[in-house]
Amino acid sequence: MAYMHIGKDFTPPDVPGKVTGRIKYAEDYTREGMVYARLLTSPIPHARVLDIDASAALAMEGVHGILTADDVYPDGEPQSTGLKILTNEPTLVGEPILALAADSEKIAETAIAAISVTFERLPFVTDPLDSLLPDGADAYNGGNTFVFRQGFAQEKWTADQVASMRAGNEPTAEPQQTVEYGDLEASFAASSYVYEGTFTNAGYPHMSMEPRSALAYWEDGKLYLYGGSQSLTAFADGIAGIIGVPKADLVFINEATGGGFGQRARAGSVPVYGVPAKLSQKINRPVMMRVTREEEFTIGGARQGLTGWIKVGFKPDGVMAACDLWIVSDNGGKGGGADAYSAADCISVLYQADAVRFRGTAIGTNTAHRGAQRGPGQNQIAPIISPILDVAADELGISRFDIRKINTPMNGDVGGPQRTPFTSAYMPEALEMAREQFGWDERQSRRRQQNGSKVIGLGIGQGYHNAGRSGMDGIVMMGADGRLKVHNGVGNLGTYSYAAVSRAAAEVLKMPWDRVDIVTGRTDLHLPITSPQDGSNSIFTNTRTFYGAAQDMLAKMKEIAANDLGGAPEDYDISNERVHQIADDSVGMSFGEVAARGMELGGKYTGEAELPEELAEWTQIAADRLAGTGFMGIFHDPRHEGNPPGFTVTCCEIELDKETGKFEILDMIQIAEAGTIMHPKGMDNQLVGGAVWGIGLSALEQHLYDPQNGIPASTGYWQSKVPTYLDCPLKIDTGWVDLPDPENPVGARGVGEPAQGSVSAALTAAITDALDGHIFGASPITTSMILNHIAGTAEEAVELAQNNYRG
Amino acid sequence: MNPKLTRRRFIKGVIASGAAATTTAAWYSATGQERPSGFVERLVRINVNGQVRNVDVEPQETLASTLRYKLGLTGTKLGCNRGECGACTVLVNDVPTYACSVLTHSFKNDRIETVEGLESANGDLHPVQQAFVEELAPQCGYCTPGQVMAAVGLLRENPAPTRDEARHALSGNICRCGSYDSYLDGVMRAAELIG
Repeated sequence: MAYMHIGKDFTPPDVPGKVTGRIKYAEDYTREGMVYARLLTSPIPHARVLDIDASAALAMEGVHGILTADDVYPDGEPQSTGLKILTNEPTLVGEPILALAADSEKIAETAIAAISVTFERLPFVTDPLDSLLPDGADAYNGGNTFVFRQGFAQEKWTADQVASMRAGNEPTAEPQQTVEYGDLEASFAASSYVYEGTFTNAGYPHMSMEPRSALAYWEDGKLYLYGGSQSLTAFADGIAGIIGVPKADLVFINEATGGGFGQRARAGSVPVYGVPAKLSQKINRPVMMRVTREEEFTIGGARQGLTGWIKVGFKPDGVMAACDLWIVSDNGGKGGGADAYSAADCISVLYQADAVRFRGTAIGTNTAHRGAQRGPGQNQIAPIISPILDVAADELGISRFDIRKINTPMNGDVGGPQRTPFTSAYMPEALEMAREQFGWDERQSRRRQQNGSKVIGLGIGQGYHNAGRSGMDGIVMMGADGRLKVHNGVGNLGTYSYAAVSRAAAEVLKMPWDRVDIVTGRTDLHLPITSPQDGSNSIFTNTRTFYGAAQDMLAKMKEIAANDLGGAPEDYDISNERVHQIADDSVGMSFGEVAARGMELGGKYTGEAELPEELAEWTQIAADRLAGTGFMGIFHDPRHEGNPPGFTVTCCEIELDKETGKFEILDMIQIAEAGTIMHPKGMDNQLVGGAVWGIGLSALEQHLYDPQNGIPASTGYWQSKVPTYLDCPLKIDTGWVDLPDPENPVGARGVGEPAQGSVSAALTAAITDALDGHIFGASPITTSMILNHIAGTAEEAVELAQNNYRG
Repeated sequence: MNPKLTRRRFIKGVIASGAAATTTAAWYSATGQERPSGFVERLVRINVNGQVRNVDVEPQETLASTLRYKLGLTGTKLGCNRGECGACTVLVNDVPTYACSVLTHSFKNDRIETVEGLESANGDLHPVQQAFVEELAPQCGYCTPGQVMAAVGLLRENPAPTRDEARHALSGNICRCGSYDSYLDGVMRAAELIG
């Protein structure tokens, strides 16, 4: 289909501001009378605050006041996992206990040092398997796990059960969760090759570039909050509840966000914004809270660590017959997500196994706050399963490409334990595109080729994430100037999806892009609700809403023209910013004229009547405030059917030096299968960015915690090993299938998350290949692990020696 | 000593008047007092983006703090404030420098450039900025000013770098979004625009 905007490159409006430094992040703002907040955080991993003596600090010149958990939660803290604004029951080093505001940060720091906090030290744990021991410490007050709608609980295994899992055996304890489909026993019986082993995925921090600093002040009963988020209205909707301010009285300002990767999508991940909000309310001054890199490490989120056992069976023809997964999740100090379940779901989707069983138990540790991180679960399992496929292929005499083709998801298939049908799935096309563009077949002659101490490894991998939601709202407006205003609450996190999805509205109305304004950046511009911008959903979700809102405006345009110029609405079409008769295009009105006429008529044309009944409360507030101010198109999106997948395929070639344990990525290609491509350069960015994340997952990034004291040792970029330019290939090639999805009006789906998983899968497969098929069963595979393996030193190379918090 | 002439009033007066050549040393001269032992001049002149700026600087103040919080040049970002990420990169005499890890007092006689100083007087973007726009190099954009300044520093020293030379030159700048490939495309495009 020939589009005016879809599939074409453009410059999103925030890009010039990013290269000139003009665009503002939360900490770039100031406010007259602003004072500065600093946090006092827990120095110990698990404690209870018995007493706070701030008298000396409060007596200091320039100190304006403090905020404690007692101020924030006068009726007591919520008895659940999850970060709180402040706490008297810290469960990790660095958790905020109180905040103090002063004329300067220097005074605030000095005053903080004068505060005396009396802690009761409590037992702590940094390894979930240690916590499962009969006498193991519990990370939380009330247990080591949290059961939804039931509360804290204690989960214990026998010492033999823990030792058995550490030794690499299938756990015999009762899991907290079991999900399965198919006949597992029969499927394994039909298998001619069965792999069984243990694996670990290290947790590691999100390390967004912009720390979660925030500015807040109150004016005329309204809270003005400046912060960074992945979402805009969805985040504001949530943070209003956390702070306890009515939605109508919150103005959230968020022009740009310095990275999120899952931990700024939802307000529950950033309750610390409540500190400046509540402190400002208490002392009646604007409060700037600057967050340091060390604080960001603690409260900025981290990927869940997984310790697992996996058994996979393949039939003689290469079909994955069965997969049995048993995973202990490290939920950290504040609870975690459903990564382990998503790992099993991903295997079911990507490899279409006949039978899958997932068993899992989630255990807290007194380590960093865990939460969704780019492809949570899907991307941890990617580097674990990919080498297993390769070894199976070699054992069965099938090519490593073919075993993926044999098991590929495709149109008409279902996936996951719920057996959900895909909205569409063109993975076979993506595999073939990667094979051809990378020259996979031609490169096979170089496989395991030696050059001195260096050896070539080839890897192929696939990535998946559910990539689309529905049920949100869209609003577009137009004034007498005929410019289209897309009221956009998606949020600016750097993917430019907020801009790309706006082009769906421009497409419907055939508007030149320079006649379109994206209204965004602060919620008092009256923006509709969106889904949180996570899970690679934005493109699918918000093209639906903006397309629908523009369709509503288009229908109203035709109604007005027919009413004023004669005929029926269906006798009209649009072109060149005019609505005109199809039979005689000289009979018509400009968009500016029709918008002005709509404003004269009022009612449904200006949002004063006949709004969709299902609008979210947030959208209703925005629509009420916009009513009567312009010509309005408004839409509530109904739910879609099926699973809109985001798929990627990666091929790479590495050269691994057996003397140093290091490797260089010589070539890499990333192919996306994400429906219609909205914005090629934006897609390219997601693919190369995902590749860098995949390299970090496979080879570099991990938490480091001192098990004796529970103190984090990887609070900086260097220690946590975020990939740099020099860790990445000189050039990453990209491509995409570009076939439309039927459940989206422009055929588009998302892709950001699988882009990491497929690279991690391919890179780990390449390392395995270079080492003659040795499966480490771990992410990351560090240089020392490679060297130990080559040297035959089993210390760090054996299963489970690398647990989920240290390498 | 003039009892009405306190140090604080003197400095505030200098700042308010915008006097260009006055320093704290002049205060001691005006009051006839000896400089105390270990004296560190607080009111310093620094050359930022071609303008001489008078700033009240604390002894331990970093250049990044001065730029952001005293001069309002918030294009220079603080990602780590510990010399790891490069988001605060500025040019000092054309050399890329982490502004979070150097003291403002060290640069009284040097030429400091920030991302705000790159555009031409008529508002045209610097070729590096233009190329970064054309290549859609930034993602979240927080590291972008540092990447821009590192690239400008590279191209002044080496106007026609290879991609690998560019990769090494920018390797002190972390991009958590992983936009390295796009930034390198931008540097190579900028080299074409300049060449």
